[in-house]
Amino acid sequence: MTDTVIRKSYMMHWIIILLALTVGSVAAVMLGVHFWEDIKANVLVYTLIKIVLIVGPLMGAVAYLTFAERKIIGYMQVRVGPNRVGPRGWLQPIADALKLLMKEIVIPTNANRFLFLIAPMLSIAPALAAWAVLPFTDTLVLANIDASLLYILALTSIGVYGVIIAGWASNSKYAFLGAMRSAAQIVSYEIAMGFALVGVLIAGGSLNLVEIVQAQQGSFLHWFWLPLFPLFLVYFISGVAETNRAPFDVSEGESEIVAGFHVEYSGMAFAVFFLAEYANMILIAALAALMFLGGWLSPFEGTWFEPWFDWVPGIFWLFGKTSLMLLFFLWFRATFPRYRYDQIMRLGWKVFIPITIVWLVVEGAAVVLDIGPWFD
Amino acid sequence: MDYERILFFLFATILVFAAARVITVRNPVHAALHLVLAFFTSAALWLLLEAEFLAITLVLVYVGAVMVLFLFVVMMLDINSSPLREGFVKYLPLGVVVALIIFAEMFAVVGKKHFGSEVVAIPARHAEGYSNVRELGGVLYTEYVYPFEIASVILLVAIIAAIALTMRKRPETKYQDPSQQVSVKPADRVRIVRMKAEEKNP
Repeated sequence: MTDTVIRKSYMMHWIIILLALTVGSVAAVMLGVHFWEDIKANVLVYTLIKIVLIVGPLMGAVAYLTFAERKIIGYMQVRVGPNRVGPRGWLQPIADALKLLMKEIVIPTNANRFLFLIAPMLSIAPALAAWAVLPFTDTLVLANIDASLLYILALTSIGVYGVIIAGWASNSKYAFLGAMRSAAQIVSYEIAMGFALVGVLIAGGSLNLVEIVQAQQGSFLHWFWLPLFPLFLVYFISGVAETNRAPFDVSEGESEIVAGFHVEYSGMAFAVFFLAEYANMILIAALAALMFLGGWLSPFEGTWFEPWFDWVPGIFWLFGKTSLMLLFFLWFRATFPRYRYDQIMRLGWKVFIPITIVWLVVEGAAVVLDIGPWFD
Repeated sequence: MDYERILFFLFATILVFAAARVITVRNPVHAALHLVLAFFTSAALWLLLEAEFLAITLVLVYVGAVMVLFLFVVMMLDINSSPLREGFVKYLPLGVVVALIIFAEMFAVVGKKHFGSEVVAIPARHAEGYSNVRELGGVLYTEYVYPFEIASVILLVAIIAAIALTMRKRPETKYQDPSQQVSVKPADRVRIVRMKAEEKNP
């Protein structure tokens, strides 16, 4: 068989699979509409539908975040960015996904096969599971549990296993170096991040994200970003470091260690690492919006402008704030050169942790002594 | 069997399997990963006991931090496992004795006589609004505040001691002082020398 014949047969496979998926999903939706009341009664199926309704749009958001990243960084560097696939490049992420799906997954010689293949799954599973407790409005939340903040902290902390195992199982020096760097960096920044969250839960009086947002009622001056400004900065910068994004992307560091922990990965296994990284970015941005920027609350609540914006549903405020934080992620990448490794460690341990401890003392004093205007 | 019991037996089976694998697999990295699995399943078992704070903290502290550093060290060490296995038969009797003593001690404490369902009441189901976090915080920071604080100070001392042991000044240690790096001036690095232009063919 020649190359073109093979390629054609691959294309036929994919066209058939896509057709089957379309027909299947249309049939499923029609059935679902028919049996809606029965489905609502079955808790397991109903929860699964809700999970699909969160994960599906999240995957779409990840795809178009990669597109937005390339476009925005392109404009910042006076280029156009991708503009060939589809109108103005809008189909670029879909073309990328198809390309990655059709590529072969290469497993290096002497690699630990099982761990090599399980590592991408270990990195995406916590990134998706954390979304279970994320509230979109007062009532729109999959699992409104009491300790949701703690749950998110625990799940983001186990995302590092995917990176470490990928680096070790690849049987490659570059991948191993990337994994070691990433492990040390994530463990260090988790401490600063945890302390920043302690500040939030003192101010909010709860570990429940819904209650934390409700504690920020009032205009944008009542949101926690203002009284907890140092913690806001520490949280967001630690978030950038936790997701291994520029300027803290030493675990990938193309100029030093090729591509870091995922250097040996190809095809869909590589794409899954990418999905996890971007899902984590959106998660960090959404958490920053919820904990410091009032979540779904309108910025004009209780002010003169309030009636003008009454018609905006709360979830759009949340999406707007999340998008703003995501823009910062991209802006950092276009602006800052990569940190040197020892400087990353110094920033985490010797700058951020002391800042958070000092601010916790200040905040604790303000809460205990009822020092206004926020903590009275 | 109700759903919760099925879950219990599922997690218990995984836990026993993972714990057994920790000491039987040859590769130390695999052993550490099985220990991670064991921690994770015990967290799931604690969730079944309505101890959600302890379960999440177990994942956060042991899985998220302690085991990451453990793996870090195990991956860096180039352990050759065959010499470690040489003394297996020699140490077997001692190991069996120790295991039997531990078993007897645990049986004496958590055996049926002192820990059975006739002696200790079956834990009651809590109402929906019950918050395990709030209860624990209430006890930990009022009744047991001094033991809690003393324990944290002891841990802090241990951290400082460990750092002090490794952070001694050695001649081969390379160190950069960022404040010196920042305060450097152009004159410290480059000296501009005025000289006559070279002539091509004098």
